[in-house]
Amino acid sequence: MEPEHQPHDEPHMPAPTIWPIGFAIGIVVALVGLIINPILLTPIGLVIALVFGILWGREATREMRAEPVVVEPERRERTEAPPAVVEADGVTRNNFLAGATLGLGALIGGLITVPIAGFTLLPGFIRQPKTRVDLGPIGNFKLNRWYITTFVSDPAEGAVSRRTAFIRNNGSAPDPNDKTKQVPSFSIISNHCAHLGCPVQANGPADQYIGEAVIHEKTPNGPVIMDPVIPAGYGCPCHGGQYDTEGNRTAGPPTHALDRYDFEIDNGNLVLLSPYSVSHVVGTGATAQIYKYKLAGPGEHIDGPEQILYPIQPPHN
Amino acid sequence: MALRKPPTKTEIRRQQAVEVVTYPLDWLEERSGLVGGVKYFLFRNVPRDINWMQTLGSAALTAFIIQAITGSILAMYYVPSAAINPATGNPEAWDSIDNITNHLTMGWLVRGMHRWGASIFIILMFLHMGRVFLFGAYKYPRELNWIIGVLILATGMMEGFTGYLLPWDQTAYWASVVGINLNGTAPFLGPWLAQFLRSGQDITGATLTRFYSLHMLLIPGGLMALIGLHLYLVIRLGVTSPPWSKEAAGEEPVDGSLNGNGRIGLTQPVARGTGGRD
Repeated sequence: MEPEHQPHDEPHMPAPTIWPIGFAIGIVVALVGLIINPILLTPIGLVIALVFGILWGREATREMRAEPVVVEPERRERTEAPPAVVEADGVTRNNFLAGATLGLGALIGGLITVPIAGFTLLPGFIRQPKTRVDLGPIGNFKLNRWYITTFVSDPAEGAVSRRTAFIRNNGSAPDPNDKTKQVPSFSIISNHCAHLGCPVQANGPADQYIGEAVIHEKTPNGPVIMDPVIPAGYGCPCHGGQYDTEGNRTAGPPTHALDRYDFEIDNGNLVLLSPYSVSHVVGTGATAQIYKYKLAGPGEHIDGPEQILYPIQPPHN
Repeated sequence: MALRKPPTKTEIRRQQAVEVVTYPLDWLEERSGLVGGVKYFLFRNVPRDINWMQTLGSAALTAFIIQAITGSILAMYYVPSAAINPATGNPEAWDSIDNITNHLTMGWLVRGMHRWGASIFIILMFLHMGRVFLFGAYKYPRELNWIIGVLILATGMMEGFTGYLLPWDQTAYWASVVGINLNGTAPFLGPWLAQFLRSGQDITGATLTRFYSLHMLLIPGGLMALIGLHLYLVIRLGVTSPPWSKEAAGEEPVDGSLNGNGRIGLTQPVARGTGGRD
């Protein structure tokens, strides 16, 4: 303790010592010794480290072992509070600095995170792959017979992109652009239930029970399986939605008819294109009138007053 | 004034032994205040007629901690990949679950704890919620804690939803199809939410990695923050007496108790008949 009173402005800390430096040198000698001369140098280094380590430890714990050092309580002279600065109304210096700190912090944080988050989450919304699935020659599809057709919609994704569609060859229909010509007509109904997307099943006998074989086809998209079926309609196993053979909802919770796929004939092959949503279908087969909408998710209303609940669809194919 | 006897050797030893424990605690306390904090957290006054039903919250917390521990272990072995393993012909995610369940020593136990613990966590949260409701413990000044509890329940269910896809089998796939489409039917932003969850227009391998990330990073982070807030409010506001308590509200607080920190008497049960011991 110094005779005259010193204000305790310095924090109470142990005095600086030389011991840790010796300890470090000992460790260095030991490690270098491992490379140069493990038999002679390393033990020397370890001894140095040990000796200095012990001394360092004793130094560091001296206060603990000895009589407790009496530290005077910290004291601050009580001073008169500075006269309150009466700020003019409006933005004070304090407010301004607080606001600037928060504002700049938010700005910088936002500038860094928002673009990153935006760009990294964007791929789920843009450039969705267009569906284009080669299902093999149209000759595979017997006239007016439904086929439960299973295919891989995206070979890059593999089995998880297996989809099922109910396909019927309607023969030919007048070309909508040129009424004098006849073009092939197919009904291609997605099996995604319009309630919540479960796989609807064809209600009716298939393959061996109607005496027809399952057709296996290899296409650039992978294996295509066509199972002939005579459906009385379609039913969903999850929550009981029922549809007629054209995909119109007949019972249960679905909000609209089953989705359908666009198609084209390429080189005599049936090629599946992007799906679209259907509110309902009037008539059947080639002459059916399909009320077509932009693809909407299952359970989303596409017609009627409830459609205002789903004004903007995220971009998809 | 009686003369104090000089300390015996045994007493000195005992004193030294006590200091071995107290010195590091004092060191920590002086630098962080943590010891006092833990004391404040654990050694609280609670109503004298507290009920076993009031342990349901702690039980739910324990269930969550078990989920966190078993989940961390599972994450060491689980592979969130939909790619097909050429050796087995199965997706790697499914294979890794198969490995955990059937080949890793005690892996079946850890996975089972995580799988069933998930349900137990949700059930305990509901029971805790029922207790709070029936005891009227959601009333002033604890309304905010009820709201936070509801958020914890919702976040816990998000954990259940995202975790269900990870085994990457038929059940997982179709449950997620239905779950995501359910989200998709929410008005206005629903379709966008669904597309965000799927990471595209269809469920693919990207959905699996996204759900994995949500399941073990984003949602648990939020859940832990909410649990922290929940506990903070429990400690700040104290525990309610059961509704049948004979010492229920209406009594005047013990004299002087209102001079404390402003909490006592208003929000914390006042120690009655214990000499005002705090």
